[in-house]
Amino acid sequence: MSPMEQPSSHLKIKRSNAVSLVEFADRKILEELSIQEIGDELDRLVESEPGIQLLLNFHNVDHLSSAALGMLISLNKKIKERSGKLKLSDINRQIFEVFKITRLNRVFEIHDTADEALAGFERS
Amino acid sequence: MHFGVDQGDLAEVIVPNDLRSAKRAEDRIMAELARYGYDSDTSFAIKLSLEEAITNAVKHGNKNDPAKRIVVRFQITVQRTVIMVADDGTGFSPEKVPDPTADKNLERPNGRGIMLMHAYMTKVWFSETGNEVWMLKDRREATP
Repeated sequence: MSPMEQPSSHLKIKRSNAVSLVEFADRKILEELSIQEIGDELDRLVESEPGIQLLLNFHNVDHLSSAALGMLISLNKKIKERSGKLKLSDINRQIFEVFKITRLNRVFEIHDTADEALAGFERS
Repeated sequence: MHFGVDQGDLAEVIVPNDLRSAKRAEDRIMAELARYGYDSDTSFAIKLSLEEAITNAVKHGNKNDPAKRIVVRFQITVQRTVIMVADDGTGFSPEKVPDPTADKNLERPNGRGIMLMHAYMTKVWFSETGNEVWMLKDRREATP
């Protein structure tokens, strides 16, 4: 497996077998200003592959807004509609607290590490 | 006067009604918090709440109208931070926003901003006209 990296303005996209691994290129990326563009990029990725298995890695994300949560909810719906699967991983303590407060930890499948999330994809 | 602060003691930043301009107000406030040595969790809470208030003002209050403006007033001390965000809009009734944590609303993409402000700030107060929000963060209070 030699992950291919595709150039993209807000996202770093790699492949691991059947799974698309997405990281955010900038740690402030989830601020309101960029959300629309990030959402559009992710939409294009999802549309390009029916049944996509997508792992969003938050390891370099240190801020979040309700707009970002909204984008993630819409993305999750879209992926489910296309029989795909979205997982999130490596969410730091402060950000995870936002998911807990909003109860969105019940909506998303969240793993401590990307490796753990990937192992789950392979089993499913 | 709110949270015991005289209007005259508040710093003021007035910006055009767009998120990029409003970032100037946020940057100033975040720099002040750093100067006063606010810890990471408290700064995170204030930044999150401020961004939600500004987003609400730009999008919902001023309905993305570039001719309108946002007023941000604030006072930061060692003990606490008070921030007011006002828009030129006609206001709204915060109590009419449905609970985003109710099971039936969990997958709605919108409507979490006000709830997050309440969760992360010590007190949040909306003016009767609904176009002005005041937020207080007491530094001694534990952050979620």
